[in-house]
Amino acid sequence: MNSIAKIAEWTDICAVDDVPLRGARRVRLAGMEVGVFRNASGRVFAIDNQCPHKQGPLSEGIVHDTSVTCPLHSLVIDLETGKARGEDEGCVKTFEVALQSGRVLIKMEA
Amino acid sequence: MSRQKLVIIGAGMAAGRFLENLLEARPDAYEVTLFNAEPRGTYNRIMLSPVLSGEKSYQEIVTHDDDWYATNKVTCRFGERVASIDRDRKVVVGEKGEVAYDRLVIATGSSPFIIPLPGHDLPGVLAYRDADDTDRMIEGCKPGERAIVIGGGLLGLEAAAGLRMRGMEVTVLHLPTTLMERQLDPSAGYLLEKELSGRGLDIRAGSNTKEIYGNGKVEGVRLDDGSDIPASMVVMAVGIRPSVAVAKEAGLEVNRGIIVDGMMRTSDPSIYSVGECVEFEGNCYGLVAPLFDQARILAQSFCGDDCAAFVHTETATKLKVTGVDLFSAGDFAEGEGREEIVFRDAQRGVYKRLVLQDDRLIGAVLYGETADGAWFFQKIKEGDPISPDERETLIFGQSFAGGTPMDPMEAVAALPDDAEICGCNGVSKGSVVNAIRQRDLKDVNGVRSCTKASSSCGTCTGLVEQLLAMTLGDAFEANAVEPLCGCTDLGHSDVRRLIVAQELRSIPAVMQELGWKTSCGCAKCRPALNYYLIATWPGDYKDDSQSRFINERVHANIQKDGTYSVVPRAWGGVTNASELRAIADVVDKYEIPLVKYTGGQRIDLLGVKKDDLPGVWAELNAAGMVSGHAYAKGLRTVKTCVGTDWCRFGTQDSTGLGIKLEKLMWGSWSPAKVKLAVSGCPRNCAEATCKDIGVICVDSGYELHYAGAAGMHIQGTQVFAKVATEEEAIEYSAALLQAYREQGFYLERIYKWSARIGHDKVVAQIVDNPENRKALYERFLYSQKFSQSDPWAERATGGVAQHEFKVLEPAE
Ligand code: SRM
Ligand SMILES: Cc1cc2nc3c(=O)[nH]c(=O)nc-3n(C[C@H](O)[C@H](O)[C@H](O)COP(=O)(O)OP(=O)(O)OC[C@H]3O[C@@H](n4cnc5c(N)ncnc54)[C@H](O)[C@@H]3O)c2cc1C
Ligand code: SF4
Ligand code: FES
Repeated sequence: MNSIAKIAEWTDICAVDDVPLRGARRVRLAGMEVGVFRNASGRVFAIDNQCPHKQGPLSEGIVHDTSVTCPLHSLVIDLETGKARGEDEGCVKTFEVALQSGRVLIKMEA
Repeated sequence: MSRQKLVIIGAGMAAGRFLENLLEARPDAYEVTLFNAEPRGTYNRIMLSPVLSGEKSYQEIVTHDDDWYATNKVTCRFGERVASIDRDRKVVVGEKGEVAYDRLVIATGSSPFIIPLPGHDLPGVLAYRDADDTDRMIEGCKPGERAIVIGGGLLGLEAAAGLRMRGMEVTVLHLPTTLMERQLDPSAGYLLEKELSGRGLDIRAGSNTKEIYGNGKVEGVRLDDGSDIPASMVVMAVGIRPSVAVAKEAGLEVNRGIIVDGMMRTSDPSIYSVGECVEFEGNCYGLVAPLFDQARILAQSFCGDDCAAFVHTETATKLKVTGVDLFSAGDFAEGEGREEIVFRDAQRGVYKRLVLQDDRLIGAVLYGETADGAWFFQKIKEGDPISPDERETLIFGQSFAGGTPMDPMEAVAALPDDAEICGCNGVSKGSVVNAIRQRDLKDVNGVRSCTKASSSCGTCTGLVEQLLAMTLGDAFEANAVEPLCGCTDLGHSDVRRLIVAQELRSIPAVMQELGWKTSCGCAKCRPALNYYLIATWPGDYKDDSQSRFINERVHANIQKDGTYSVVPRAWGGVTNASELRAIADVVDKYEIPLVKYTGGQRIDLLGVKKDDLPGVWAELNAAGMVSGHAYAKGLRTVKTCVGTDWCRFGTQDSTGLGIKLEKLMWGSWSPAKVKLAVSGCPRNCAEATCKDIGVICVDSGYELHYAGAAGMHIQGTQVFAKVATEEEAIEYSAALLQAYREQGFYLERIYKWSARIGHDKVVAQIVDNPENRKALYERFLYSQKFSQSDPWAERATGGVAQHEFKVLEPAE
């Protein structure tokens, strides 16, 4: 079992309550800006915060279902897959998220 | 040949329909004089209930306006009661003089019955029959106080539901033990009572009123069991009596109503009668469908076509209380030789009961699910025998009739051509489909004006839409109401109406009650719903910041690189040295890359980092500046010119008025952005003629403009009023803004709103109707009480939304 090594890749980001429901926060991790989202049912997601269209800050968008609408030109990004929904093209990187004792952990690649 | 003189007494629904039918066929055959005791022409009386509840305005239910009477050359004597008829001289005697007739039509309808209880004549005891009664009820509405409705029939319950929607506590006193006992059986009556009680109505069936008491006005009602109910309004809705006084006094044959034959002739060959005032073969009528039949038959006979005669038919009942589905038709009393089929689904609150006699369907009561009402009603009228097989599934309605369930479209397609679609107006499926094909109709409004289907109580609108869809196929979709977004089929208009009607007070409530297809909406509907709720329930609704676009959430404009721009208010475009100094200091301290004058007479600080926003705002606040809402679907700038203070042509203090308007309106949210300008003379240096609201000062006062724009679409303003004083200019402009706030669709600017509802309607509400204007103005002032706090200060002092401005720091 290499679970020890795995755990080392998880970063403690914030308390779950620091991210508003249907809202998002930003965090700088490994030189990139990551958007941390929490949807209406309380699920937490983490994705690269830059919109694939023209680098709009996705954390500033409106969060609905399991997606976010980019604030600049309204691309809808699926928070689970990172892919643009509907006819649009484009994809952002997603990160694994774990909730532990009220904290949000994000898994970074080693 | 001189034209025959036709006099009509009463301009109610029957007379209105009769005139329409007659004048369409023979526009010039008669010289028509129309008397009406009410000071107005025909309107859709059955829609008074939605007017009472606030779901419709009176203007929306007028069916014949002044223009119509003028075009059709009808001499109107409105507000004049007919006192008597002199049959020997063939004249009608009105309160203001006589008119001779060759033919006379009596269409006096009926009057509400007032039980002569002690206290029935106290001020505050009202009937429910006409527009004046409705106005009195609306005026007497004091949210929180109690109204008592005596009578739990159709009218009483519609009155009660309406008063409740206007915020009153309501008690319904009903003598029989179940509600609407003439239209519903006890089971359905019970479900109805449960539903209405759940909406906060206090229903007391089986109670007998002994007296109404009060000192100079209504203070309450005493029951015969000795109990007391304090109340500030009592509405009596216990029944109607045909209005026959004039006919009786003239010596016509009168029983309960004025006796007529199948050609609507009274006992005098020159006098006819239609409507609720008639009695035909022992029957009097209280619903419009048979009255419209009478009107049609009378018009045909006036055109020389005596083929058709009126015959007594069954009527079907629906209750017009939003969200309550009930339907009844025919005879559903229990009796020997009668069988019943009952279906219940307690969980969904559905109850259906069919009554059969000699293998024929004779009555139906449906509660909770009424889609099959028309189909059952058709079977009742046809009277064809029901086969044992058919009987098995009859209760499941039309969708099961063929053995396989059908979708609503197939169900409509399967209806026979003579199936009745619109009960009020007796319009069959065949005539709707023919009209759509032959007259090339594209939408419900077209069908409404050509066939009258769905023009009265409106409950068959869904069926008409299905017929349109069936007949036009894909072509219909294109014309259908555009849904607000992919999460719903409802358009903006329905959503706004239903938020008020169903008192929906939160985004989840709207989504639940209006059947949203997604769990949490999308970026299109959430901001719209958030705005509609703010505008509908000022002070009550808590703004949902997560449903706002980023600019409105953080109160700054997002830029292409993710930084923000900051535009402080410059009241009326005026600034001063200390403000400019503070701006300069902020620019230095936060290294703001660009300072620019905007096209709206103010200063824009561009390229501010999000984390710096609270600091920038704190310093601007300290110098007395607040947010300019340059990002808002709300009041933006008020541009002014220098006016009388400085300019050699200025006629009024345009700068001062602009500042007053801005101080009054800042902070208000609206469907889309709102920009104002005030120019001191017609040279118009402030460009007021391309603004949402613009004022041009002139020697005699102020010319008020609106509905301009100069963005993607260039649109000059229209003048909506000319006023003499500054106070009026302010009141008119704010009332206009409030009307737009209440009626506009989200993202629809003032010029689009005005184009949609019509310039005349805007003028009618603001200018022609001072009471309405004042009420709008008051509502605007009220809602402003909750919106004029500076969003920057709230954020700069750490009270609100701090998480927005801080990047997370991962724990080590
Ligand atoms: C700053 C300013 C340009 C300037 O540097 O002068 C400006 C900047 C923007 N305008 Fe404008 N408009 C500005 C005056 C105007 C004017 C002129 C005026 O107000 O007299 C117009 C034409 C008049 C009109 O509105 O009809 C104008 C017509 C628009 C439109 C088209 C609106 C339309 O209905 O057609 C948009 C797009 C929109 O609102 O959807 C727009 C949208 C925008 C936005 C908010 C675009 C956006 O969503 O990011 C820009 C924000 C920039 C920023 O971050 O500050 N701006 N814009 C002006 C700010 C005025 C102010 O003090 O508040
Ligand atoms: C609140 C409400 C809701 C209703 N809902 C429904 C419904 O959902 N479905 C339905 O089918 N029906 C409904 N009705 C009943 C329907 O409105 C009536 O059946 C219909 O209006 C009767 O038409 P009418 O022309 O006979 O009489 P009215 O429409 O009452 O018109 C008679 C007119 O004659 C005038 N008049 C009377 N005497 C004189 C005189 N001596 N001189 C001059 N003028 C005179 C009166 O002022 C009145 O304007 C409702 C009624 C009300 C009040
Ligand atoms: S519009 Fe008239 S008042 Fe205004 S600046 Fe020009 S000339 Fe002066
Ligand atoms: S940057 Fe996101 S849609 Fe254009």
